Amino acid sequence: MVNEILIPVGILAGLGLVFAVILAVAYKRLRVEEDPRIDQVEEMLPHANCGACGEPGCRVFAEKVVANAVKISKCTVSSQAAIERIAAYLGVEAGAEEKRVARLLCAGGKREAHSLAEYAGTLRTCRGEAVVTGGPKACAWGCLGLGDCVNVCDFDALYLNEDGLPAVIPDKCTACGDCVEICPKNLFELMPESQKLIVQCKSLLEGSLAESKCSVACTACGRCVADAAPGLIEIRSNLAVVNYELNQLASPEATLRCPTNAIVWVEGRQFEKRPTVWLPLGRVEKYTEDI
Amino acid sequence: MTGTAQNGLKDKLLTFRHGVHPEEFKELSNHQRIERMPFVEEYTLPLLQHIGAPSKALVHKGQRVRRGDKIADAGSFVSVALHAPVDGTVTDVGLYGHPNGQMLPAIRIKADPFSTQQLDQPPQRQPEELSKAEFIAAIQQAGIVGLGGAAFPAHVKFNIPEDKHCRYLMLNGCECEPFLTCDHRVMVEYAEELIDGTRILQHFIQAEKVSIAIEANKPDAVATLREAAAKVGFPVEVVPLKVKYPQGAEKMMISAILGEEVPAGRLPIDVGVLVSNVGTIVALSQYFRQSQPLIERVITVTGTAVRRPANVLVPLGTPMRDLVEFCGGVTEEATRILLGGPMMGIVQKSLDTPVVKGTSGILVLTEREVQDIDTFSCIRCGRCLEACPIFLNPARLGLLARKGLWDDMEDYNAMDCFECGSCSYVCPSGIPLVQSIKVGKAMIRERKTK
Repeated sequence: MVNEILIPVGILAGLGLVFAVILAVAYKRLRVEEDPRIDQVEEMLPHANCGACGEPGCRVFAEKVVANAVKISKCTVSSQAAIERIAAYLGVEAGAEEKRVARLLCAGGKREAHSLAEYAGTLRTCRGEAVVTGGPKACAWGCLGLGDCVNVCDFDALYLNEDGLPAVIPDKCTACGDCVEICPKNLFELMPESQKLIVQCKSLLEGSLAESKCSVACTACGRCVADAAPGLIEIRSNLAVVNYELNQLASPEATLRCPTNAIVWVEGRQFEKRPTVWLPLGRVEKYTEDI
Repeated sequence: MTGTAQNGLKDKLLTFRHGVHPEEFKELSNHQRIERMPFVEEYTLPLLQHIGAPSKALVHKGQRVRRGDKIADAGSFVSVALHAPVDGTVTDVGLYGHPNGQMLPAIRIKADPFSTQQLDQPPQRQPEELSKAEFIAAIQQAGIVGLGGAAFPAHVKFNIPEDKHCRYLMLNGCECEPFLTCDHRVMVEYAEELIDGTRILQHFIQAEKVSIAIEANKPDAVATLREAAAKVGFPVEVVPLKVKYPQGAEKMMISAILGEEVPAGRLPIDVGVLVSNVGTIVALSQYFRQSQPLIERVITVTGTAVRRPANVLVPLGTPMRDLVEFCGGVTEEATRILLGGPMMGIVQKSLDTPVVKGTSGILVLTEREVQDIDTFSCIRCGRCLEACPIFLNPARLGLLARKGLWDDMEDYNAMDCFECGSCSYVCPSGIPLVQSIKVGKAMIRERKTK
């Protein structure tokens, strides 16, 4: 009777012992030596796995940082303090990376852009709208305003404002590029924060035609070209294009005479029209903290 | 269950597995003779009316063109030429609204108001004298694309690779979309051209067997074509198929007639079959016998909200607004306009876009017919699985699309979906399945090109 219990217990204990020995040997023999600093660095990274650094995830980024293949500052999600902490831990330079922010190149919200129809589909996403003749807006390039970008953002850096346009909160934006990918109209662009002169329009239509579809369309009138530093802005297929290589020459002056407000000087957040401050140089959109 | 040609039951109509049977509504226009649309003032011809590279414009602003003149050349091998549908003056080459919702480069022609609009083209060499390469080049120059709806350049399809053999030439006259009747009328009224075009094509591809597949709801087309084939002694089999959607999809047709499946991601020619829409074959005959390139096509303007549903022979580039007005305009109840049929058609936001080579119908529906349905949760009933003609799992794909799991969608073979819409049609919970899958497919394609 006692044996009936003891024998199976003995067998299982024996098996356990054998496997334990195998595991112990395997642990010693098959061990891969890994830099312990990788774990430490990964621990200090934000664990967002957002891909903003260009790597598949935080672990791979940590490996490359330890191998000194990339600068820590490539991680735009980490705060400056966290980056310095990692740099101090590894004893390397943090590197300087200018903060980039996603900018929406369309200012045609509900109030500005005309709609030709009402979308009645049950799939209420921009992507869903876009497969039905590009959405109801008269402008074929314009923002559809259903907020796919807001939903896809992992950092709550976007919200739909009362005009139906997604506004990016620069402090929260990590330039991960998820909104760039999801937007069916390709309206987002990741720009360094120092690029303040932005043409918020992508319509390639000729002047009056573009304006008939949206009141803030670029009509390619060329006034900004004339007012800006030579070579900074040029008109390319009915659209003003800023040459950001000459960004240091940019000034709010170029926005001064824009008849449709298509070109703007953005300090902080886009579409913050309410507290517009008229400066001698032009319209400067002030960034306010409240939402 | 599958009625294949082999099972020997002569009285049983052939068909494929799965699919749905929506109400047909063909009686609105299936007895209306094809009418010729009068010429309007201005025509807009987008340079991209087909699958592939856009055509390259050959004309400039102010240039005079004659009906049938080539105004744009093929942009690459998978591209076709474009011809002027009217005598007139080119007023602009610029961006214009395309039925797909984009603004794309197009040639705008102002028609001469008092021109005879005679087709003035030099006579063609008879196709039998041409070599195969010349034949393929001639079709490209004629601007002929598949007129079933996808607008795939015909010369690419007819250019069978050396290592493949076409044993079966199938002409597609199924027209399984409800409401549409343009192919039906083409088969009845252009039977001789259709048989002639088939002969020309058969001369070059030398298929072992030629058949025309027609859904059994068009008995007059079956009878007319049998008669026309017998008259010229051309061996062509007219096969009536069961009325079921999407019977007109080429892979479904092959499965119905041969009982064979075209492997995923492959073309019908990989199993030795060439499928072509009947309208394309008529265009082929008209080009070789009457020197008329593809400058007009038959379009069904129908729907309960159209005053006078009709089948109209329309010059390409005609604004849809003029076409609808030619058919008496729309009634007060009109609420939605679709390009194509109710299953695969795309809702239009504007009638200012032109008719293009791929336009097969304009459908105007009333508010009662387009009532919005509420969406509920998936109840795992499996009806979409039973409807999907290519045996995908639409419920799963729809879910993955709504969750943004594009890579998983690809693993579930989303790219094989040809967007027939049977899943959304049967879903009792009103889930936008095919719509979600379309979004996912677009997303997968975009990520691939990046």
